[in-house]
Amino acid sequence: MPIYRRVTLSRVLQISALMLMIFVVICIVSLSLGSVHIDLIDVLRSLVNSFTGKVSLSSQEELIIFSVRLPRIIFAGVVGASLSLGGVVFQAILRNPLADPYILGISGGSALGAIIGIVIGAGSFYLGIPLLAFVGALATVFLVFAVAGSVRGPLSDNSLLLSGVVVNAFFSAAILFFLSIVNSMELHSITFWLMGDLSGASAKEIYVAAFCLIAGFVLLYAQARKLNLIVQGEDTAQQLGVNVERTKQALLIITSLLTAVAVSLAGIIGFVGIMVPHFMRLVFGSDHRLLLPVAALFGASFLIVADTIARVVLAPAELPVGVITALCGAPYFIFLLKRKSH
Amino acid sequence: MPMISAENINFSYAAKPVMENVSFSIDEAQIVAIIGPNGSGKTTLLRIINGTLFPDAGQMLIDGKDTGQWSRQEIARKIAIVPQETAAIFPFYAEEIVLMGRFPHLNKYRFEDKKDYRIVHEAMEKTDTLAFASRRFNELSAGERQRVLIARALAQEPKVLLLDESTVFLDLKHQSQFLALLRQLNTAQQLTVIFVTHDINLAAQHADRIILLYSGKIYAIGKPAEVISAANIKEVYDVDVLVDQNPQSGLPRMTLLT
Repeated sequence: MPIYRRVTLSRVLQISALMLMIFVVICIVSLSLGSVHIDLIDVLRSLVNSFTGKVSLSSQEELIIFSVRLPRIIFAGVVGASLSLGGVVFQAILRNPLADPYILGISGGSALGAIIGIVIGAGSFYLGIPLLAFVGALATVFLVFAVAGSVRGPLSDNSLLLSGVVVNAFFSAAILFFLSIVNSMELHSITFWLMGDLSGASAKEIYVAAFCLIAGFVLLYAQARKLNLIVQGEDTAQQLGVNVERTKQALLIITSLLTAVAVSLAGIIGFVGIMVPHFMRLVFGSDHRLLLPVAALFGASFLIVADTIARVVLAPAELPVGVITALCGAPYFIFLLKRKSH
Repeated sequence: MPMISAENINFSYAAKPVMENVSFSIDEAQIVAIIGPNGSGKTTLLRIINGTLFPDAGQMLIDGKDTGQWSRQEIARKIAIVPQETAAIFPFYAEEIVLMGRFPHLNKYRFEDKKDYRIVHEAMEKTDTLAFASRRFNELSAGERQRVLIARALAQEPKVLLLDESTVFLDLKHQSQFLALLRQLNTAQQLTVIFVTHDINLAAQHADRIILLYSGKIYAIGKPAEVISAANIKEVYDVDVLVDQNPQSGLPRMTLLT
C-alpha cells in the first residue's frame, strides 16, 4: 500500500526524470541486443560519436544501431506511449479502470481497413495499408459516436461503451469473413498485423507517429486536472467548474487520433493500454498530472522491452510483439486478483 | 439585489414536467431549506440553481445574471454543492479530493500553492477530517466521506453552499458540529446556504426560510412557523402530524402521529 504524497510540480518532474532515465537505459540495452550482439561499450561509443557528428555508417555495427535498431526502438516507444496515454484517458472518461484504448472499436475498424488493404494488395503502394487502417479507425470513431449520439442528447458512458461493443462485434464478423477467404500468404501477414507487429514501419511513418504523440501529450496534459475531476463523476466535475461535454469531446478526439495512428502503423498490440495505466495508478496514485507522463514513459519502456524480447527469442526469426504483451497480460491480472483477495 | 432569484421557472425531463412556474428569491446570507416529498423536484431545483440544468422557460439568476451566461468555472467560484454521494472508482486520497475544490480558482497548468493547501487544511480542520487526510477516499466510511465532500465544498470558498441531504450519513456529534459550522460561516462570512432535506424538524430549527415543494410547484414558502403546519404537511405528504413548539427555540416541532 503506497503512502500518500502530494502531487507537486517538483514531484512530477522528479518522477518523470527517473522514469526517463529508466527509459534511456532500456533503450541502450535494447540497442545492443538482437540477432547480432553488439557490446554495450560499442553502443555507447557509437551514441557518443553520433552526438559529436562523427558517426560512420560504414561500420556494420553502427549501421545496425542507427538504421535498424534505433528507428525500431523509437517506434516501439512511440506506440507504447500512445497506447498507454489512450488507456489512461479512456479509463478516466469511462470511469472504468479496465478500459483500454481499443474499447470503442478502434482496433476492429483499423484491422478491417488493414485487412482489406492486404487483400486488395495495397501493400505495394506507399503507406497503402497504414492509410487504410487509419481510415478504418477514424470511420469507426465516427460510427461509434454517431450510434451513441443518436440514442439521446449528450454522450453517456454506457451508450458509448455499448455502441463500441456493437461496432467491434460487427468488425470481428467482417474480419473473420476475410480470414476465411484469403490465401495463406495473406493470412500470414494478416495474422501478424492482428497480433501487433513493429517491424514494418518506415522512418517517415515513425516521425509522423512521434509528432502525433508529442502533440497529443501536450494537448492531453492541459486537461490533466480536468481528468481528475471527471473521474469523480460528471456531475461533480461540472459542479466544480469543468465544462464536461466539451472536455470529453476534446479528450476523445485526441486519444482516438493517437490510438488510430499507433494501430494503423503497428497493428493491434493488446494489453499495453490496459496494463500500463492500471499499474501506474497503483504505484503513483490517480492524479493525472503525474499519471500522464509516467504512463507515457513506462508504456514506452514496456513496449521496447517486449519488442526486444520478440526480436531476440527466436532470432533471427521474430515474434509479433503482441504475443509478448499478451503473455505479460495474464500474469498481471492474476497478480491483481491475488492482491485484491488479501 | 437578491443572491439567487428564480423567475417563473418551468422544467421538464422529456415530456414530463418537473417544475412549473417556480419563483422565489434568496438574499445573501440566508439559510433556506427545501423540503417536499420524493419526486417533488428538490434535487432538480438544486441543479437548476447551480446551472447544471437550465430551465425550459423562465430565468434562474445568480447575482442578477442568468445561469446560462456564467461559465462553469465562474459558477463554481460562487456556488458549491455537497452531493449525497460520489463515485469512488479510482483511488484518490482524501486530501486530493478536498484539493479539487480549488479547481475553479486555478488556471490550467498551475499546481496548487501554499495558499491553496492552507485553505484545504482549514476546510479539513473545520470538518474534522484532518485525521484521515492521507487515507484513501474509497476506504472511508459513508459519514467520513460525506465530511470530506463538505470540506471540498468549503475549499471552493463559495458564496452559496448547496446541500443535498448532506447530513444523512453523519452521526449526531458531526451533525451538530456541521450545523454549528454552517451558522458560523453564515454569520461570519455571509455564506448563503440552501439545503434539501427530508428532516422537517432540521429544516424548522435551522432555516430562516423554508420552501415546501409539491409536485414541481411551490406549495408554501416563508418562515418555518408559516410553512410547517399540520394542514400543510397533511396536504403535501399525506400523513397526520402534530405540530407544536420547540420549548427552547419556540420554532415549530413536528411529530408523526402514526
